[in-house]
Amino acid sequence: MLANRHAATRRELLIASGTLFAWAYLPKLARAEGRDPRLLVIVLRGALDGLAAVAPVGDPDWIALRGDHALTLGGNPAALPLDSFFALNPAMPNLHRLYKSGAATIVHAAATPYRERSHFDGQDVLESGLAKPGAADSGWLNRALVSLQPAGRAGGSRDAFAIGPIAPLVVRGPAPVLSWTPRRLPPASDDTVMRLIDLYHHTDPVLARVLEERMGLATIARAGGMDGEPPRPVAAGQVRAYFAESAGTAAKFLARADGPRIGALAFDGWDTHAAEGAMNGRLATLLGALDGAIAAIETEMKDAWPETVVAIVTEFGRTARINGTDGTDHGTATVALLAGGALKGGRVIADWPGLKSSKLHDGRDLKPTTDLRAVLKGLLNEHLRVDATVLASKVFPDSAAIKPMPGLLRQA
Amino acid sequence: MALDPKAEAAIALHRFGLGPRAGSIAAIASDPRGALIAELDRAGATRIGNADLLTSGVAARAAFAYQQAQRAARQAERAAQQANTAGASGAPEMKEQSGPASPAPPRPASGPGLPQQIYLAEAKARIDAALAAEIGFVERLVWFWSNHFCVSADKGNVRQICGAYEREVIRANALGRFGDMLLAVESHPAMLIYLDNARSIGPASIAGLRQRRGLNENLAREILELHTLGVRTVYAQEDVTRFANVITGWTVVPFRQDPVRGGEFEFNPRMHEPGAQTVIGKSYPDVGLEQGRAVLAALARHPATARHVATKLARHFVADEPPPALVERLAKRFLATQGDLKEMAKTLVSAPEAWEAPRAKLKRPGEWVVAALRAVAATPADTGPVMQAHNLLGEPVWRPAAPKGFSDESAPWLDGLAQRLDIANQFARRFGAEADPREVFEQALAPLASAETRQAITRAESRPQALALLFMAPEFQRR
Repeated sequence: MLANRHAATRRELLIASGTLFAWAYLPKLARAEGRDPRLLVIVLRGALDGLAAVAPVGDPDWIALRGDHALTLGGNPAALPLDSFFALNPAMPNLHRLYKSGAATIVHAAATPYRERSHFDGQDVLESGLAKPGAADSGWLNRALVSLQPAGRAGGSRDAFAIGPIAPLVVRGPAPVLSWTPRRLPPASDDTVMRLIDLYHHTDPVLARVLEERMGLATIARAGGMDGEPPRPVAAGQVRAYFAESAGTAAKFLARADGPRIGALAFDGWDTHAAEGAMNGRLATLLGALDGAIAAIETEMKDAWPETVVAIVTEFGRTARINGTDGTDHGTATVALLAGGALKGGRVIADWPGLKSSKLHDGRDLKPTTDLRAVLKGLLNEHLRVDATVLASKVFPDSAAIKPMPGLLRQA
Repeated sequence: MALDPKAEAAIALHRFGLGPRAGSIAAIASDPRGALIAELDRAGATRIGNADLLTSGVAARAAFAYQQAQRAARQAERAAQQANTAGASGAPEMKEQSGPASPAPPRPASGPGLPQQIYLAEAKARIDAALAAEIGFVERLVWFWSNHFCVSADKGNVRQICGAYEREVIRANALGRFGDMLLAVESHPAMLIYLDNARSIGPASIAGLRQRRGLNENLAREILELHTLGVRTVYAQEDVTRFANVITGWTVVPFRQDPVRGGEFEFNPRMHEPGAQTVIGKSYPDVGLEQGRAVLAALARHPATARHVATKLARHFVADEPPPALVERLAKRFLATQGDLKEMAKTLVSAPEAWEAPRAKLKRPGEWVVAALRAVAATPADTGPVMQAHNLLGEPVWRPAAPKGFSDESAPWLDGLAQRLDIANQFARRFGAEADPREVFEQALAPLASAETRQAITRAESRPQALALLFMAPEFQRR
């Protein structure tokens, strides 16, 4: 329900995905070790195509699978080599630089335990930390916070709390959360516009015509559906600016001596069913904006960067093959992108399942070989010192069989 | 009616109300018409129960005092500046240092001034009432009549009283008699200021013989053209002029003259044009205030008024080109009941034509904004984003561009469709982050929705996107 569970302890409270939601306390155990760790979780809503973000260029079946849409080291633009097998999308030079300097780790063929293909349910599983979709009212990050003993309030004495909305599920729950949101919310995404015009074409021609005229889109969507022409690129700058502002501001808060230490935000727009544009189109724009967000975090973290981990996760992956509209449909395994000076990085962690038809999940998706919960548990355990038994029971219930992935951090 | 009961309930809420909240459709599905009528019959149905709101007289006097204080502060500042300039021998950067001799006057308070504060508090009360309504039929009627008899906050000194105006004359009479509302409206300071009658002076009155200012026909014309008979009906220019003469002296007590009653309505005989006046074929003897009351009473009874009001009501709720049979029913009922507006409303929702018309009308922006908030059970404490949405979509609260009010036809609002998308997107994030779009769909739209709309919502990439698509769905935008 809409009751505000954090009302008593929230301040500067506003809403929206793309908003920072931060824990108001400092983790005590890590402080006792002389560390002051920061964790920022970024949820990519809509399901990131992991194969287009981090391409298995060394897999013999890769080019056959994706054809002209396959990123390659010799392509134009050329993918950025990570190791002898994987290469990064060329829209992400900052992440590449961090990877090369040991401050970024990529986990591939990873997935939550969710095996269906609904965004809402997939996001619920990703954010709730439960094994199945259902009536979740708290997120794994919040439950992890509950288990941490606080060592003093963050934010000093500024106790003016706004009453209001509404945090993403991953940080919802009993632990007090404060929040901030950019003053300007982003405009409706190209994807939303396209879906709406498609709906209007099927249901309300007058609204379809008017909206197309108003958006200057008359040539893009036709009756019968989206047919693969690239969407208008005008919003690219806005997307970049919005991602960078949100992430940079999150980092500013986390970097402050008296600021919060743990935060989360979400970026939408990754559901690339048509005209995915991994090299020059929509996905390239989004990945570029995400890369800019990572750079903004590094910049704004300043001296705190060596103690920072940014975990970028998404609800599931996309089909291994390109569909009939130059896009990809809902799939299973994908990548998790980790960045931050606290990481023992420069590695792609993957138990690679292969891309032959027989190796694909349900004959269509990249097969999951790493449980995303293992990655998240590893980070929470090593970085924030969340107890392993708590991780297995409370943070990710019934996940004792999924061991925390060890060795993700420089100082474990 | 062959409609399934849930679809009829959904139409009741979308066409006649302010949109479903969770459970609304189920709650009225057994008898949607009965539920609409029951809302009309509830005691105090049109009232806003907010004791903090000021009467228009109190608000007007408070704003006057505030403006006086502001003016005095500005004058003091100017005087201080002049003193400084005179003493600073052409060295402006020295001004600050010369401060101690003449302390800086208090800076004007930041943030909205008192008139704007009153306006925003009134607007919030109106929005809150809309969000709290069970169905919202009564609120829609209030909005309809308020727009029919619109004033504008952008006219000087109306801002602080436009909310009180709606409460005092529109709400108080929206389920009463048209003639009572008409009289209350035309003698309210907000209307007298808005349409310039407060300073209209009979040329042969005592005041008129002394000063050069004279008659202003604005209010008289709009009463005939917009409020009662309708444009190009049974009146001519001489009727306008004579009617304007009749209502000279309908004015507002000056603040300086009477600090206790300043800003309230008065009939000032010194401004009133003496003599009998013939308006639309009937002569009205000069009996002061009663002369104008008599003309208004006649206008309220006139068949042209019945037709005009019936057409507007049907156009607002049902169709840009309202079914003639429905207009006929409404006009007849109006005349048969001496303008009983509750009976009109009952006739509207009892008429088959009011339900049979296709859902082709685009909801007005305010209606759509409120429907979106109701669908996700949002009750924002800060109505700033809601007010901004009204502004962006071209229907700023109590600020129509002209006395005709905001359009009741769909075409002008189609232009704002792209802006609606941005608001839908924003609202989904701002107000709907915890709502499950599938549940909102079931509760607010399912009985009226196409398979395509259902699919677009369930296949959205995220909950906010699903909600934005739901708010933008044709079935949610049209009534």
